Amino acid sequence: MTSEFPHTPPRKSYTFSDAVNADIRRAAATGIYDIRGGGTKRFLPHFDDLLFLGASISRYPLEGYREKCATDVWLGTRFAKKPIHLDIPVTIAGMSFGALSGPAKEALGRGASEAGTSTTTGDGGMTEEERGHSKTLVYQYLPSRYGMNPDDLRRADAIEVVVGQGAKPGGGGMLLGQKISDRVAMMRNLPKGIDQRSACRHPDWTGPDDLEIKILEIREITDWEKPIYVKVGGARPYYDTALAVKAGADVVVLDGMQGGTAATQDVFIEHVGQPILACIPQAVKALQDLGMHRKVQLIVSGGIRSGADVAKAMALGADAVAIGTAALIALGDNDPELEAEYQKLGTTAGAYDDWHEGKDPAGITTQDPELYNRFDPVKGGRRLRNYLKVMTLEAQTIARACGKNHLHNLEPEDLCALTIEAAAMAGVPIAGTNWIPGRNGGF
Amino acid sequence: MQTFDLAARGLRELNQTLHGLSGTTNQTAWEIINTRGSHAIAVGLDAEVDITVRGTTGYYCAGMNKLATIRVQGSTGPGVAENMMSGTVIVEGDASQYAGATGRGGLLVIKGNASSRCGISMKGIDIVVHGNIGHMSAFMAQSGNLVVLGDAGDALGDSLYEARLFVRGNVKSLGADCIEKEMRPEHLELLEDLLRRGEADAKAKPEQFRRYGSARKLYNFNIDNASAY
Repeated sequence: MTSEFPHTPPRKSYTFSDAVNADIRRAAATGIYDIRGGGTKRFLPHFDDLLFLGASISRYPLEGYREKCATDVWLGTRFAKKPIHLDIPVTIAGMSFGALSGPAKEALGRGASEAGTSTTTGDGGMTEEERGHSKTLVYQYLPSRYGMNPDDLRRADAIEVVVGQGAKPGGGGMLLGQKISDRVAMMRNLPKGIDQRSACRHPDWTGPDDLEIKILEIREITDWEKPIYVKVGGARPYYDTALAVKAGADVVVLDGMQGGTAATQDVFIEHVGQPILACIPQAVKALQDLGMHRKVQLIVSGGIRSGADVAKAMALGADAVAIGTAALIALGDNDPELEAEYQKLGTTAGAYDDWHEGKDPAGITTQDPELYNRFDPVKGGRRLRNYLKVMTLEAQTIARACGKNHLHNLEPEDLCALTIEAAAMAGVPIAGTNWIPGRNGGF
Repeated sequence: MQTFDLAARGLRELNQTLHGLSGTTNQTAWEIINTRGSHAIAVGLDAEVDITVRGTTGYYCAGMNKLATIRVQGSTGPGVAENMMSGTVIVEGDASQYAGATGRGGLLVIKGNASSRCGISMKGIDIVVHGNIGHMSAFMAQSGNLVVLGDAGDALGDSLYEARLFVRGNVKSLGADCIEKEMRPEHLELLEDLLRRGEADAKAKPEQFRRYGSARKLYNFNIDNASAY
């Protein structure tokens, strides 16, 4: 029987959406929070909310394919006897052997070296695959100290003291037992098959004054040759940058909340930290306030996907960027060609993030020989090389259009914002205006 | 014996000089004088040399040591012998926090007391403390042996992995997943050797110690254990 009156259609709650309800049911059924890899999936103000103005009467452009637009960058010029010189300002972020397979680490090394940039180790130590194929390798000095030894410190081209990362500022990590192969277990001095906790803070120092002494020790061990980076998550970028500089960093690495992780709690990824767009201007301001901008280099990461993102990050004052998730996608992660296999895992290409389970059909985030042997490190390296080259060409295209003969000459004045939020965070005017929200009302 | 005056020649020259001893050298005995609490004394050594540090040191003395024998005739600041790979470090006085942190091998002997977090995250090092140790010692300790002739503070061996802990005195409290374990003959044998190498065999006998280790209940995450964290 139908009513003669108009029927009120079923209406779902915005607050209790299908996704929220599903998460409540999952928690109730399992008694455990959701653990996953990757970075935040929520919508955030990002580089897409910025536009370049391009040349005009007041700024003349450079000729594409003809006039030079340099892309190189020096890192570690403050104290290191042997600073790093990269051909392009797009580096590969730290990703561990353990989280990634050996062939995937090899591919990162191959691709980065061919493109003229660096790779970074990760929690779990330095592998021969990566050292052997990375012309320039940054060795992470992490709270867990898994695999840490003075020989690898000296084999590295730079050392990155990791204080935090964007996906989980203030958090450690857990490599679940199913990914702990014999080799991973041996490198980490732990039994095979048990969960391996990566500590959230360093075991032998706390606070900026201690960090200064720790950096002194590392410099002494390596005879002051290596650039020393300090990596922080996007928590308090102004103060963290200033304190890293005070502690003696050559380079500050700043990772926004879009930065990925091998595995952590979804609630951590989605609710802690700041988007990289909000972090860069604060870090740059700290460097400028200390008179150290361009003297201590700034590498930013978290959601860098294209040459446009590279150019925008550099226009805001970064010296270089780092990519992690994008590099994995270039290697073949979440490729729609593997859709049938993703479906078997209960997910879909583009959404697969259970990297900690070690079942990655692409063979990248796994320690299962059957899976990682599917992955061709030579082909993967070539794909990464191509991608890095394209990003660089894209950034050059934009820089030339802005009349810049070096990517480092891009500046905030080349940008405008599409939203009030992005304008406030980036410190650039909203398109069509000269209004920078908050500029006269405090930083 | 070679004498290095740290106050006169500076830290950089000290470590550069000691790093130059890697490989064959006939300058195998060194003394460092006028230490004045300096940080990072004799770090990153990689040679079978004997170093005597005459005085008290700051942070990270003998950090990442390989092969060398370093004897400190004084007390040490935080992180003595951190991440040591091999060799021997002997502290005649007390050691501040994080002694032997993440050490992977070799022997650290502290003849006085060690502060909090002694042996934190140790990964194979042997540590012998003649006196007491502070709270949270052997936190997340992975492997190696920690021998304490005196007492241990709160939360000993919290979140312990496979490291073995031997304490002669009182343990104020055990940390999560750390339990007392049976002392078997192989442990007594191990202790005897550690006490001998730790220059403590005249002070204590293996039978006087109790052994602590991991209950291994937290090795794989289980929601039913959440209250333990």
